[in-house]
Amino acid sequence: MATAEKQKSDVILQYLRPRKKFPSVWCAGCGNGVVMSALIRAIDRLGLSRDEVAMVSGIGCTSRMPVYMDFNSLHTAHGRALAFATGVKFARPNMKVIVVTGDGDALAIGGNHFIHACRRNIDITAILINNNIYGMTGGQGSPTTPPNAFSTTTPYGNAEKPFDPCSLAKAAGATYVARATVFHAPQLEKMIMEAIDHHGFSLVEAVSNCHTYFGRLNRQGDAVAMLKSFKDNAVMLAKAKTMTEEELKGKIVVGTLYNETKTEFCDEYQKLIDAQMGGKK
Amino acid sequence: MANKKRKLMQGNLACVHGAIYAGLRFYAGYPITPSTEVAEGCARELPKIGGKFIQMEDEIASIAAVIGASVSGAKAMTATSGPGYSLMSELIGYAYITETPSVIVNVQRGGPSTGLPTKVSQSDTMQARWGTHGDYTAIAVAPSSVADTFAETVRAFNLAERFRTPVTILMDEVIGHMREMIAMPEPGELPVFDRVKPRVSPDKFVPFELTPNFVSPMPAYGEGYRYNVTGLTHDVMGFSTNRADEIFVKLDKLKNKIENYKNEIAKLRVEMMDDAEIAFVSYGTVARTALQAASIARKAGAKIGAIQLCTIWPFPDEQIVQLCARCRKVIVAELNMGQIVNEVRRVLPRDIQIHALQRYDGEILTPMQLLEKLEEVL
Repeated sequence: MATAEKQKSDVILQYLRPRKKFPSVWCAGCGNGVVMSALIRAIDRLGLSRDEVAMVSGIGCTSRMPVYMDFNSLHTAHGRALAFATGVKFARPNMKVIVVTGDGDALAIGGNHFIHACRRNIDITAILINNNIYGMTGGQGSPTTPPNAFSTTTPYGNAEKPFDPCSLAKAAGATYVARATVFHAPQLEKMIMEAIDHHGFSLVEAVSNCHTYFGRLNRQGDAVAMLKSFKDNAVMLAKAKTMTEEELKGKIVVGTLYNETKTEFCDEYQKLIDAQMGGKK
Repeated sequence: MANKKRKLMQGNLACVHGAIYAGLRFYAGYPITPSTEVAEGCARELPKIGGKFIQMEDEIASIAAVIGASVSGAKAMTATSGPGYSLMSELIGYAYITETPSVIVNVQRGGPSTGLPTKVSQSDTMQARWGTHGDYTAIAVAPSSVADTFAETVRAFNLAERFRTPVTILMDEVIGHMREMIAMPEPGELPVFDRVKPRVSPDKFVPFELTPNFVSPMPAYGEGYRYNVTGLTHDVMGFSTNRADEIFVKLDKLKNKIENYKNEIAKLRVEMMDDAEIAFVSYGTVARTALQAASIARKAGAKIGAIQLCTIWPFPDEQIVQLCARCRKVIVAELNMGQIVNEVRRVLPRDIQIHALQRYDGEILTPMQLLEKLEEVL
């Protein structure tokens, strides 16, 4: 192994829980590992203390991620991660609260919590790993399953339309929104760093491969083939701006899509406390 | 006592002040009749003491935020009524299995479904015991007056903190909305219990360690312990397990930490029972009616007493058996189609006649109705 790569993997090992029973629940080649290592490198580069990081998740393949990492981890119920995270952050505003979620978890059962966390602009970073399918329960359709795509609950093709998580987050009030794929690991790392550093609600969508279900049912090949398709179909934001809607069909726009500073919920509430307490301690 | 601050206060507001007295610093909730004044009171009062109030997007989010705040070290509460309590049920189970102290107020109204939003009921009594799926042991308390609401709310927090468990306060529409004079307890007058924190260093910390009393010390997030909290059945380290020998240990822990102390958790208010041959058994709003009916019947010469259950769950089996040992007849009065009466039937010997007086039309039971029932069974 080249030295630079070894150093990178050493960094990752430092953040994995020594007593957690490995191997992970993830299939070989799953994009979750790429996102987890990007997340760890981002946290390491930001120099955050592990004690001040709370890693919150719901239910699903993606949601197992916090359990493997040596932070304050809260593995909650399906769809509710952002609501739990809101409690953690509001009770302890000094903590960095990171939610790791999937497309089913965040956008179906957790859709209401997702839009309201965005609306409050509470300082939480959500990393949404979007593999267009329910992996843990065995390949059912999700709110991001593309039209006509196959899953075990859309055996004749999907009759529904998907959500675009990034557009949804922006419309709902999130103040940092970015997208990358698991092929674009360095970009993903940089976006996660920016998102954690951003003061307000931030979303990083990581387009990922579930070759076990989505890939197999839709004849997209193995993990390598799917990663290659992410590479081929990705369009950087600057270029995407010059393209028509027709040209962008089937493409994945990669980049920081939205980044603005607005007042943050915990700050605003603290002002209200300070006013009510009137200098009293 | 003469200097005590006396106030005219609504039951729901007494719950707010009791909670703050007990150390409440975080409230998350969603408006629902007849509990909304609890949320409004917390929104007004908490910022004044540096506490936090948040109106969440629904009841599921409310209990989630409460649990999130509690693992972060805050004493946290939510309040709701039947429909919201149903929505919270799954995550109340999360609080059971993760052993997270949390207080859930259910100001009961008639059901099922939207039911009777403005009418009194006690029909969530069994739901407070069995509401979430799976095996667990529940704690629920039921106040019967405004002053009682203050005291029972403090007790609910103490039980939640001591046993690391969710505790339900079973109020009802009448208790929530009635206004009475209350002598506000002074600081220090009522005991306040804070959760036990670990004394070992983080590297020696076993998050769900089996201790002699089955309650594990609980650090807050950010205090250096970095442990895992999960709703999956877990081992002592907090990691999910499928091993039979670890599963039963965890489930027994949830049960034993409460069942082994049920006599300390039990609280009953007993009136005129020394020589009683007949007993009224009731709780919440109905306990007031029962006491009045018993007093009237006593004056007319009946050997009758009244037992009020302040602790509903765990059900105070032994106490009921002892108190009713000399009774020939017991009348269980409640505002539902029969919930606690079956518990009384379960624990009392068969030679005691047990009668049920039930009302579930959204109205209270009157003393006259209890007296009529008494006459009927005599």
